[in-house]
Amino acid sequence: MAFYNNILELIGNTPMVDVSVLSPNPRVRIVAKLEGQNPGGSVKDRIALAMIEEAEKDGRLCEGKVLLEPSSGNTGIGMAMVCKVKGYRLRIVMPANVSPERRQLLEVWGVDQIIESPGNEGSNGAVRLARRLAAEDPELVFLYQYANPANPRAHYEGTGPEIWRDCPEVTHFVAGLGTSGTLMGVGHYLKDQNPAIKVWAIEPPSGEMVDGLRNLEDGYIPPIFEAQGGAELLDNKTIVGPRDSIEWTRRLRDVGVFAGISSGAVLAGAARCASRIDEGVIAVVLPDGGWKYLSTGAWTDDIDLVTERAKTTIYF
Amino acid sequence: MAVEVRLPNILRPHAGGQATVSADGSTIGEVLKALVAEYPGMAGQLVTQTGEMHKFVNVYVNDDDVRYLDKLDTKVTDGDTVSILPAVAGGGV
Repeated sequence: MAFYNNILELIGNTPMVDVSVLSPNPRVRIVAKLEGQNPGGSVKDRIALAMIEEAEKDGRLCEGKVLLEPSSGNTGIGMAMVCKVKGYRLRIVMPANVSPERRQLLEVWGVDQIIESPGNEGSNGAVRLARRLAAEDPELVFLYQYANPANPRAHYEGTGPEIWRDCPEVTHFVAGLGTSGTLMGVGHYLKDQNPAIKVWAIEPPSGEMVDGLRNLEDGYIPPIFEAQGGAELLDNKTIVGPRDSIEWTRRLRDVGVFAGISSGAVLAGAARCASRIDEGVIAVVLPDGGWKYLSTGAWTDDIDLVTERAKTTIYF
Repeated sequence: MAVEVRLPNILRPHAGGQATVSADGSTIGEVLKALVAEYPGMAGQLVTQTGEMHKFVNVYVNDDDVRYLDKLDTKVTDGDTVSILPAVAGGGV
C-alpha cells in the first residue's frame, strides 16, 4: 500500500521490539509492543475507533450526536481524534489531577467540553460523575469504556492476533490493568491459541492515592472484567509503585524506547515475572509514548522528587 | 508469625488512625481474623459472613494479589508485608 485513505486506517498493527537487554533473567526474553505508535499516541485509539464504529453500526451514533466519556486521558484523546475525523462532538469527564498534556491534547482535538471530577476520587470519581451525567441526559451517547464489549473485542481481534503473528513463541503476556480491556481481549485470544500462556496484570497502588473513597462500597470492578471472567483468566496480579514505574521508564529510555510511565510499570512487572520463571518469552503492551509526561520530569528530575509528584498525579 | 499490614485510608479510623499495624498469622485468613479481633470496627469489611473475601477489597502479599495465589489460604511468613487496598477503577490509560 502506497498510502492510507485516512488517519484512522493507521490505528493498530503496531511494531514489537525486543528489549531483552532489560531482562533480569538471561533465559527470559521480553518483547514490547509499542502502542505509542498509534496516530493518537496510545493503545486507546484501538478501542476509541472500535466503540465508535460499533455505535454507528447499531444506530446509537449518528450525525449531530454528542458523546460523553470518563477518561483519565488516553481514551479521551483517542476518541477526540476519531470524533474530529468523523465529525462528532465529545465531552470528556476527567479527574482534575492528570498531567497537563492530556488536557492540552483534548484542546488540540477541540472537544466540546472537559468536565473535571475531584482529583482525590481518581478515576472512580470520573466514572461516577459521567454515569450520573449520562443518566440525566439520555440524548448523550455514552459508550462507557469500562463496560463496552467493543473494548476487549478490539484487543481480541486486533492486539491479540498481532502479538500471536509477530511473537508466536510467547509464553507470558503482561499488561496494565485499567478498564481490563487489553488484558481480557489479548489474554483470551492468546489462551485460545495456546492455553499454556500465562497472563499477568499490573496495577498501580491507586487505592493509596484515592483518599476521597469514603467506604468500601464505593469500590469498583470494571463490568468488562466481570463479564469476561477476569478472575479466572488472570494467572497473577501484581502492584507496581510509582518509584519502580519511573525507574523502569528510564531503563526503557536507556534502550531508546521513549514510553509513558505506565509502560515503566508494565516493564517492572515483566521483570518481576522474568525473575520468577525459569525461561520463556514475555510479550508486554506499552500503552503510550513519553510525550504526555514531559511535564512530570520523569526522565530528568531527581527520582525522589518525581516519585513524590507521581503519587498525586494520575499516570496510569 | 508477625507480619506488617498496610491499611488503606478508609480502614485507618478503625485502627486509631494507624497506616501500618502488626498482625499474627500463618495465612492471610488468619492475619485478617487477627486484625478484626484487634480492631473490631473492621468486622465485615474484609471478609463477608460467608467467609469470602469482600468483593471490593484487594489483599496483597509483597505486591501480589492473593486472589491469584491461594486466596485466604495464602501463606505468609515473618517479614512479609500485607497490603489491603480498595478495588478502584483503573486509569483507563
